[in-house]
Formats: sequence, structure tokens, C-alpha cells
Amino acid sequence: MTSQKNGFRTFLTDWGPFIIWGVILLLAPMVLSEFRLNLLGKFLTFAIVAIGLDLIWGYGGMLSLGQGLFFGLGAYFFAMHLKLESGGGRLPDFMVWSGMKELPLFWQPFASPVFAIAMVIIGPLIVAAILGYFVFRSRIQGVYFSIITQALTLIVSISLIGQQPYTGGTNGITNLSTIFGHSLADPQTQVGLYLSTVIILGVIYILARLLTRSRFGRLLVATRDDEARVRFLGYSPVTIKTTTFAISAVCASIGGALFVPQVGIISPAALDVVPSIMMVIWVAVGGRATLVGAVVGALLVNAGQSAFSEQFPNVWQYFLGALFVGAVLLFPQGVVGTYRMAFARWGARGDSAPVEEEAPEAPVTGSGRLMQEVVE
Amino acid sequence: MVGWLAQGFNGISLGSILLMISLGLAFSFGLMKVINMAHGEFIMVGAYVTYVFQNTFADMLGGVELGLWFILAIFAAFIFTGILGIILEIGLIRYLYGRPLDTLLATFGVGLVLQQAARSIFGAPNVQVVSPSWLSGGLNAGLLILPYKRLFIIALVIVLIWAIYVYLNRTAAGRRLRAVMQNREMASALGVRSRRVDALTFGLGAGLAGIAGCVLTLIGPIGPTLGTNYIVDAFMVVVLGGTGSLLGTIMAALIIGVFNSVIEFSTTATVAKALVFVMIVAFLQWRPTGLVAQRSR
Repeated sequence: MTSQKNGFRTFLTDWGPFIIWGVILLLAPMVLSEFRLNLLGKFLTFAIVAIGLDLIWGYGGMLSLGQGLFFGLGAYFFAMHLKLESGGGRLPDFMVWSGMKELPLFWQPFASPVFAIAMVIIGPLIVAAILGYFVFRSRIQGVYFSIITQALTLIVSISLIGQQPYTGGTNGITNLSTIFGHSLADPQTQVGLYLSTVIILGVIYILARLLTRSRFGRLLVATRDDEARVRFLGYSPVTIKTTTFAISAVCASIGGALFVPQVGIISPAALDVVPSIMMVIWVAVGGRATLVGAVVGALLVNAGQSAFSEQFPNVWQYFLGALFVGAVLLFPQGVVGTYRMAFARWGARGDSAPVEEEAPEAPVTGSGRLMQEVVE
Repeated sequence: MVGWLAQGFNGISLGSILLMISLGLAFSFGLMKVINMAHGEFIMVGAYVTYVFQNTFADMLGGVELGLWFILAIFAAFIFTGILGIILEIGLIRYLYGRPLDTLLATFGVGLVLQQAARSIFGAPNVQVVSPSWLSGGLNAGLLILPYKRLFIIALVIVLIWAIYVYLNRTAAGRRLRAVMQNREMASALGVRSRRVDALTFGLGAGLAGIAGCVLTLIGPIGPTLGTNYIVDAFMVVVLGGTGSLLGTIMAALIIGVFNSVIEFSTTATVAKALVFVMIVAFLQWRPTGLVAQRSR
């Protein structure tokens, strides 16, 4: 391990697949049609959300059903800017329809792109930090945390629908046409947006990976597995959990902000209760506490959805239901976890010791127990 | 004055509906610690059982107007969803004990399947159940008119609570249930078949959801997504009430109902919902285990 050659090899096995896939995704615009590229770009924004969810659920053991809320916050903040930009100084159309005379005060700063982007990051950070602090401080855990985040999501989505003059109501913010002076209908702009999404996804993946391998990451896993012991050792689980919740919220928000220009519309339906749970299935299918599984799961489930749901909507709904049941009952490790297990077993048969590099990341809560038994 | 009285009644009425949909959760979540996201869909199933009952039996039992069928539909909804619940417990939930988050996801999947099944059988549009004629109109109580439907729901909830109380505290089956929930190993050692008790308890919770669905047909039209509108509220009731006690659930439902109505009276429905949420989270700061906590030894 000390020699430079060995170090390089470790680096290659460690980051090789990441680099290969990164290059493939960056080259995708050369082969994919405009429509498919747009679809892939949309799925990649979901992958960003999934990475955040994997951090909090896979590594932290906290099942947040509020990721849709943060996705929506990011999307709305960015859409507000795009709407003002598209309108070119005129009052947004839905405000005119609702009889508003001038732009509300809280809309005005969103004319600045810097402010909008800052809000995409700061807004969810503050919401998650405040909610997280109060929830974790009173040691609300497990399903209680899930229920509370779910309730908050419901309330925000109802509020958005209710405040028609300020938020566009049920329709949401529509008719977004430009971003930073470029037309959204222009294929060049869409390629640019796609590439930005890939790069941001890559950066977030690297950061998340470094985070899980850091001291903080270990503390997070420790908190998941035995919170009381972490507390007795002198660490503050409240800080660890709140920080993770805030990080995952920012991931979801960034995903939402990148989603909006590629789709051109955001409505409260995107941040309702059901979409928030759908985000969980991406991580469950890919394999929790693997990070790469979150990305794989988001791509697989959404690709499946867009392939089947339009032709066979009924079958897809049944399949989705079965997926939820199957993902926890039969394949709790997900695609990536199952693949790694098969690989480890295959390696063991080849008379070389299985590589246990991801050992500390193996989830022990919930279904993870099953995986541990199998590995042992 | 009249306004506040009316809001008070509305609050109790809303509370009774909340209680109706949370009673089942008090069993599955409160007693068994199983989080059943398909609870909303059980409510929906109960509502559709009522609808089917109306279409098939109403004429036989003296017509829609007489409403004899409705009383029977309550029992039918209870039995049908109860059996559905027992099947779900035996087929799925049994394998997920001790994994609450996984149970949440798996039961959500079951909910999706039930929703789609309802859509395939009855179609996506809402359907209407005609309420019995003796439930239309209202009681003139001097200052206000109290609708019979609302009074019926309040009365039914009281009857159900009484029945649950008697079942839990005065019957052998209820005693076994409490024994298993308090100390599973000891109960098993004394010869209680805990597996069967689990299935039955979960079935009871599901059956109560079915009755709630039956009652919801009085309030409005029903559709495949009926349950999702209520499920979050129902869980908030159980969280506020604290697990393991019927009294907590009752108090929480009434408190949320009254607060919602009173705040709604002076602001809007959305603000009321948001404020109630903030109050619940604030209250949990003070008592994280809810209104009535089960003492742990």
C-alpha cells in the first residue's frame, strides 16, 4: 500500500468506475436524441436527490419522507427567478390572472440570479436545520421522524396550492422560456443544462463519498447503529443528525433547481406526499448505504417508469407496488448491494479473500441485518 | 357566540372523524408498533364495500332510502377489511417485525396495489353513496342546527370506543392481546398463541379502518385515493396521542379537531393545518412520548 504504484492501483479500483461512467455521461449528448437527452438529464437531477436521501437514510438510518418538500423548495426558488426573467420585467401571468397589481415583496429579490441560487441552497438548509434541531433534540426517532417530515410536506404542498396569487396555485409556475438569457427551447441550452447536471451530480457524488469516509461519516453510521452509545461517548447525535438532514435537504433542493429548467414547469404535485415516498424507492432499489446505488436506483426506476407507465399505466402501478414490497422483503440490499455480494462470493470461491473495503458501510439497521447474516 | 358554538361543534365533529380514522391505527401502530401506510387504503376499501353493498343489497333491504343496508354495510366493511388485514399480516407484515421503516415502505407498496385495484374495478372517477334518508336534515338545538350525519358519526365513535374498551378489558381475547403486547415471551410461555393474536390485532385495526371508510361515504364522494387524504392526519393523531393507549388517541383527535376548527374560523384552513402542526411539534418538545405515554419498566 505504501508504494506509489499500489496507491495508484487502489485509486483506480476506487474511482475507476466513477471516472468511466462520468465520461460516458459527459459524452452522451453526442449519441442521444434531444428527447432522450432531456429525459436522462431529468433522471440525473433525481439521482442528486437520491444521493442526499441515501446519506440520511442509508447512512443515517433516518427515513425522511420530506425530500419532495426540499426538492420543491429548490425548484420553486429557481422557477421564481426564471419566471421573472422570462417575463422580462412584466408581472408573472398567474399574478395578473389573480388580480395582483404589483410584484410581492418576497418575489422581488428573485430577479437576481445570484440571490435565487443562494436561496436554493440556504432556504432548505434553514428549514431542515430548524425542523431537524427541534425534532432530534426531543429524540424523536424512527417512524416518528418519517411521519413528521411527511406532515410538513403535506402542509407546504397545501399552502402552495392555497396561495394562488403568490405561487401559481395548482398549476404552479409555468411557461418558463429562458435561463440566463438563453432560450430553453434551444437544443444548445438543453445540452448545456444536461452537462451542468452531470458535473454537479459528479461533484455532489464525490463530496458525499468523501463525507461518508470521513470521521463525520463514521459518526453518522455509529449514530444509526447505536445512538445512545455515541451520546455516552461524548458526541452530540443532535448535531450529527441535524447536519445530515440539512445536507440531504440541500441535495434535494439542488436537484429541484436543475429539474425546473429542463422541464420548464414546476407544480405542487411534484412535492406532494406520494412523490416524496417515490424518492425512497429509488434508493431502496439501488441499494442503500452505497451512494452509487442511489444513482443507479434513480435511473432504473425512472427509466422503467417512462418506458412502461405511458403504455401500461395499470401494470406499472401494480409493479411499483410490488417493487416496494420486494425491495424490502426480498432484495433489501438493492441492485448494487446484491451485485457486490455476488462479487464477494465469487471472489471467495476463487480462493482469494473477499475484499471487505465497504465493510463499515454495510447497513445494520432494518433490513441490513439480513445482509449481515448473509455476509457472515 | 353562536359562531363559536358552531365552531366548537364542528371541532368535535371533525375530531370524531379523525378519531374514526385513527382508531384502527391505535391498534396497528399504537399496540403493535407496526406502521401501516396502507391504512388509508383500508379506509378506501371500506368505503367501496359500502358502495357495493348499496348497489347489491339496498333494494332487497327496503331501498336506499330506508337505509337498513347502511347499518349492515358497517358490519360488512368491518369484516371484509378485517380479513384483508389478517391476510396482509400473515403474508407480509409478519416478516417485517422489528423493522419499522421497512414496514412503512412495504405497506405503502400494498397501498399502491390496492389503489390500482380499486381503479381497475371501479374506475378512476369518484362514486357517490346515497345516504339513508333518516340521516338527512338536522337537529334543531335552539341556536344551531346539528346535522344528523355528524351526530351519527359522533355516536358511532362513542359506541366503537365502548366496544373496544370492553373487548380489551373484559374479554379473554382482549386479555390475551394485552398480554402479548406487554410481554410477548411470557405470554407465549403461558400458552397464548402470539402469532394468532398478532394477526387478529392487525385485522381488528384494519376492520376499524373499514368502518371509517363506511362513515366517510356520508361526508362526500369516494374514490381510489380517498385514503391518502386522511392518512397523514391520522398518523399525527397517533403521534400526538402517544402509543399504547386508547385514551391518548381520543384526546389527541379531539384536540386536533377542535384546534383546527377554531383556528380555521379566524384564519384559513391552510393556516390552521400549519399552526396545528407547529403546535404538535412544539408539544413533542415538552413531552416526546405524546399525551398519554405507556410507562416502560
